[in-house]
Amino acid sequence: MAVHTSQSVVKAAGGNTARGRSRGTGTPPPAPGRIRRGLSTHWYAWTMVAPVVVVISVIIGYPLLRGIYLSMTDADERNVARSIGVNELPATYEFVGVDNYVDALTGSQFLGTLGWTLVWTVACVSITFAFGMALANLLNRRIAGRSAYRMALILPWAIPGFVSVFAWRFLYNEERGLLNKILGGAGFDAVPWLNDPTMAKFAVIAVNVWLGIPFMMVALLGGLQSIPSEQYEAAEMDGATAWQRFRHITLPGLRPVSTTVVLLSTIWTFNMFPVIFLLTRGGPGEATQILVTQAYKFSFEISPRDYAQSSTWGVLILVLLMLFAVIYRRVLRSQGDNW
Amino acid sequence: MRRGITATALVAALALAATACGGGDKSDGGSSSGELSGTVTWWDTSSVGSEDKVFKKLAEGFEKKHPKVDVKYVSVPFGDAQNNFKNAAQSGKAAPDVIRSEVAWTPDFASLGYLAPLDGTAALKNQDDFLPQALASTKYEDKTYAVPQVIDSMGIFYNKKLLEKAGVKPPANLDELKTSAKAIKDKTGKTGLYLRGDDPYFFLSFLYGEGGDLVDAKTKTVTVDKPEGVKAFKAVKTLVDDGTAKTDASDGWENMMQAFKNGDVAMMINGPWAVADTLTGKEFTDKDNLGIATVPAGSAAHGAPQGGHNLAVYAGSKNLEASYAFVEYMTSVEAQATAAGELGLLPTRTSAYAKKEAVNSEIVGFFKPVVETAVERPWIPEGGSLFAPLGVEYTKVLTDQTTPEKAAKAVGDEYRKLLKDWK
Repeated sequence: MAVHTSQSVVKAAGGNTARGRSRGTGTPPPAPGRIRRGLSTHWYAWTMVAPVVVVISVIIGYPLLRGIYLSMTDADERNVARSIGVNELPATYEFVGVDNYVDALTGSQFLGTLGWTLVWTVACVSITFAFGMALANLLNRRIAGRSAYRMALILPWAIPGFVSVFAWRFLYNEERGLLNKILGGAGFDAVPWLNDPTMAKFAVIAVNVWLGIPFMMVALLGGLQSIPSEQYEAAEMDGATAWQRFRHITLPGLRPVSTTVVLLSTIWTFNMFPVIFLLTRGGPGEATQILVTQAYKFSFEISPRDYAQSSTWGVLILVLLMLFAVIYRRVLRSQGDNW
Repeated sequence: MRRGITATALVAALALAATACGGGDKSDGGSSSGELSGTVTWWDTSSVGSEDKVFKKLAEGFEKKHPKVDVKYVSVPFGDAQNNFKNAAQSGKAAPDVIRSEVAWTPDFASLGYLAPLDGTAALKNQDDFLPQALASTKYEDKTYAVPQVIDSMGIFYNKKLLEKAGVKPPANLDELKTSAKAIKDKTGKTGLYLRGDDPYFFLSFLYGEGGDLVDAKTKTVTVDKPEGVKAFKAVKTLVDDGTAKTDASDGWENMMQAFKNGDVAMMINGPWAVADTLTGKEFTDKDNLGIATVPAGSAAHGAPQGGHNLAVYAGSKNLEASYAFVEYMTSVEAQATAAGELGLLPTRTSAYAKKEAVNSEIVGFFKPVVETAVERPWIPEGGSLFAPLGVEYTKVLTDQTTPEKAAKAVGDEYRKLLKDWK
């Protein structure tokens, strides 16, 4: 990211130059002489980006490297460096290589949690996308009170996430929650929303879908509005049905938007900490624990806190998401999208 | 990854901050002049809305006695306190001077180096006056790291009116509990027992009742996966399966208190810390409606765990002298008598039981013999760590995700990972 920023600034600052061309033709990196010349010509640009580079490497680079390092040690609460008042206790943890990764990947806990995390991600993203698409299409028509509907549907986005989740927790309460009161009024038995593993999974997905729809809807609505209406008119002239118009104009027209939002929303959902943590704390038992909440648990909820295992899971999550993004882009590119 | 990054970033940032600020501040404990001064920040973890009011008032009394000391009273919810203290203590920033530490946390904090040893300080006056079982949890490697503030155990709380209506007496054992619950259901339509399904502490009396235990610290053996442990898991599962008890995997405390205070359940297992809160419920505007009995016995024994709270001083406190004096004051005979009189909490000092407030308190009178026979927990640094794996499997058993046999085995396996070289 840092490199990227600096290059664009260099270009913006008037770099005409071999640099830009060499990137385009894909020749090997410029010789040291060029770097020196580049530095002396564009020193002001480097000076200007320096603070950004420093800040980014401090807030992203350092913790990332540190996390990777910790994942190769046996660091926990007992052996990390601590400063307690006047006492400075030095770190005494040791380097253990890839042991933590071997443990995580051969044990059942990581793979089990990964399984549910994938189910959770796929379910949330696909349902959210379907609802978002349907609502965007509804709101793209000229209907009375359109802006009021839009406002109402964006509301979940405007409320802070934790407030929504706590509100849902009240609704889900087995004895006193509104949902069960309504069901009770209609003569149904109380549903153990958060106390039954299957219902709890359903419950967390429902909340995440509810939270995710506004973003999906707004993004897709934007996409819909960018599709020229002439295309629809022409299709109508040719006698295309509504479904055919949707299938052959709307979907391809939305493609640039939808591929991006699906990628983003997959990454967000995969790491959607607050919904799971605040709604069920991963329970009942471990039924709704996803990878990030479990990594948090290692780092903050058990005693002694297991920093090494937590970082290991963190690195694995990062690797999984990077793999996903790469494959996703490959697939899209093979289908002709120019990403 | 985001969590991992945050965690390491936090550690890194706090380490930086700590080293940056380590040198500057000078202690202003003020012991040289003989008069105590400075600020003592106290994290109280007692029940919000009932117990905390009394303790806050007590803490203000200390300020009157030592006008130059400013007591900063902070009420920290019990559920968050352990974690918050660890975060603060490890970094050396924003940690309180004094914390009300649950008995199982105390050896854990002490082993991590977060607590100041109290032997020979003003905090620990008349050590012989303390009940030996209360003092047990304050020791780590032959030093004392906390002063016992209250001691407790568990009993079965019951709604006298509901039990009378059903024509049953408080159950003495699990079989009686089942028949009573059935009678209560038939006559009043209410559920017999509320069983906390989200907090494994409430499982202990069933485990001890079957003659089991989590671990045996003397022989360094994990015992939770022995047949008694399996029987205990079966016992709680049966209670839920046959409708004797209702349970919850989330918000258990809140749901239990509401259900009992509103008369939706007839009984709950709880300790003296819940008395003041219970009496605010609409079923208990007449105090006499609340009955307390010993926990129902399992097939082997009446077994309630011994618990309680200690006051511990943070090793990095800038006001050690004032903090010691504050701890001494809050655990004094007078303070304990006040807590006993107003809240029904059990003193840890023998002489406090002779005070009229304690003598007149029915709750203290009831719980004293219970505490004396309560099962002492292993006071090992890992004592507090034993609950996390137990909690997961306990909830899984109650929500039908695992069998009692598998649950007991899983907890045992986790314990052997946690306790190196134990059998």
